[in-house]
Amino acid sequence: MNSSVNHPATVETGRLLSPPGFDVEAIRRDFPILHQQINGYPLAYLDSAASTQRPIQVIDAISRYYTHDHANVHRGVHTLSHRATDIYEGARESVRSFINARSTREIVFTRGTTEAINLVAATLGQRLTAGDEILISAMEHHSNIVPWQMLCERKGTILRVAPINDQGELLFDEFEKLLGKRTRLVAITHVSNALGSVNPVREIIASAHAHGIPVLIDGAQAIAHQSVDVQALDCDFYAFSSHKMCGPTGIGALYGREALLETLPPYQGGGDMILTVSFSGTTYNELPYRLEAGTPHIAGAAGLGAAVDYLRQVGMDNIASHEAELLTYASNALSALPGLQLVGTAAHKAGVVSFNVDGIHPHDVGTVLDQHGVAIRAGHHCAMPVMERFGIPGTARASFAFYNTRAEIDQMIDALRLAIRMFA
Amino acid sequence: MSGSATSLTDLYRQTVLSHSRHPHNRRRPQVYDLEAEGHNALCGDKIHVYLRLQDDVLADVAYEASGCAISLASASMMSDAVTGKTVEATRQSIDDFLTGLSSPQTGKLEGELAALGGVRDYPSRIRCATLPWQALCAALDAVQETVTTE
Repeated sequence: MNSSVNHPATVETGRLLSPPGFDVEAIRRDFPILHQQINGYPLAYLDSAASTQRPIQVIDAISRYYTHDHANVHRGVHTLSHRATDIYEGARESVRSFINARSTREIVFTRGTTEAINLVAATLGQRLTAGDEILISAMEHHSNIVPWQMLCERKGTILRVAPINDQGELLFDEFEKLLGKRTRLVAITHVSNALGSVNPVREIIASAHAHGIPVLIDGAQAIAHQSVDVQALDCDFYAFSSHKMCGPTGIGALYGREALLETLPPYQGGGDMILTVSFSGTTYNELPYRLEAGTPHIAGAAGLGAAVDYLRQVGMDNIASHEAELLTYASNALSALPGLQLVGTAAHKAGVVSFNVDGIHPHDVGTVLDQHGVAIRAGHHCAMPVMERFGIPGTARASFAFYNTRAEIDQMIDALRLAIRMFA
Repeated sequence: MSGSATSLTDLYRQTVLSHSRHPHNRRRPQVYDLEAEGHNALCGDKIHVYLRLQDDVLADVAYEASGCAISLASASMMSDAVTGKTVEATRQSIDDFLTGLSSPQTGKLEGELAALGGVRDYPSRIRCATLPWQALCAALDAVQETVTTE
């Protein structure tokens, strides 16, 4: 039974009330990196929005691949090549099933979210002309801003930005007003990495589709924290990174609706993306290979496949429920500290708390917390326009994953109390 | 790995905290001869240094800055340290400070600046301490563009 509501606070401080069947201590045993001392304190890793950690199952899958199964994919007649291809394509099927895409033809492996968005900007962008518009929001990560700005420089397209309110929520009416005759794509984040706001992506997609406009969702911060169903969302593209979902760095995926992917020109040229090459002309391979030039990150796919299997085993509803509880606990504890302001107080939030403390720069907060074993991020979180919107240079940000506990949040709060005393 | 409690008070020594709470010479002067901006893209620290010269002497060293305790304290101590010095002596002070932070064996941090010595144990924070000095150097060179510690 996976209840998505918060459980009543009937447990003592420092212990987690978990959804039934969810054993956070058992989960933590799967993550070797979590069991170490940092500066004399147990590590409290509260920086999963930057990158999650990996369970041993993922590390083993990568090690097993290199130890027993490595060869190039889609090429060899020999056994190892078949095994490597099976592992690589098996991971594609795992990802397809994880996000409920119709076909593995819709799953393009990339280096990560950033490359996935750049792929769309480069290919779909190729057919845009001066005056065409791309609509994003004011809470985007740089990776969903800069590729479009570069497209604007190349093509004379125009970047429109839907505003957010003081809580960090998209102003939906303003967003709708910006959907126009020249809008060619909406590119918007599912969850804000800097504020934690969860966007109403279903409504956004429905509204854009009513105008015949395709929608790209930046799913980097959502994919490991709630179940994602691209058919239910009805999105046209969904981009995400393996390293933010317990998989290895250097790989990610772009989901693309097949009918739309079919119309895209090739992204990069090279091996694997072709059927035949001669100096008189080249024929391109079918989807998704047409969009994956060169030898891919096979070991990365092996790890990503294992990560997806792991997340499914834990259960996305369990994960969402556990993280919602951590978010509530952390938000309440932080708000009770003197001189602390939360930045990003949307009604619908994921497990991210950005905050500032009066008289203490986020960078100093980060250093003091690190000296107490607590890993958070300090700075602009690759979302400088968001910081500008709130008139601040940056924030301290704690972000949660399903392996975090209340005890780790308590450790952060204790260190923050000390920082406040120190800088007061 | 540094031991936590002692190392933290070594980084944030009382002198550093006191300068960061009440930075000296943090203002935009009415009159100045040279200026330069510094920016640390990693953490968003910003400083704008203004210099007034009298003959060959830095008669006034002021700045506008937003940043962490380390960068503010460094800017404050820097303004104290170089006001009244000749351009040549100031360049020597900049060299001494940058060397003193990066190589404790050969360099030495003079006077109050020694309080910033704890930064050596925090590689990610060294740039916070050096930013004001790099902006000062850029102002002396009359470099108009923003310098960066990235």
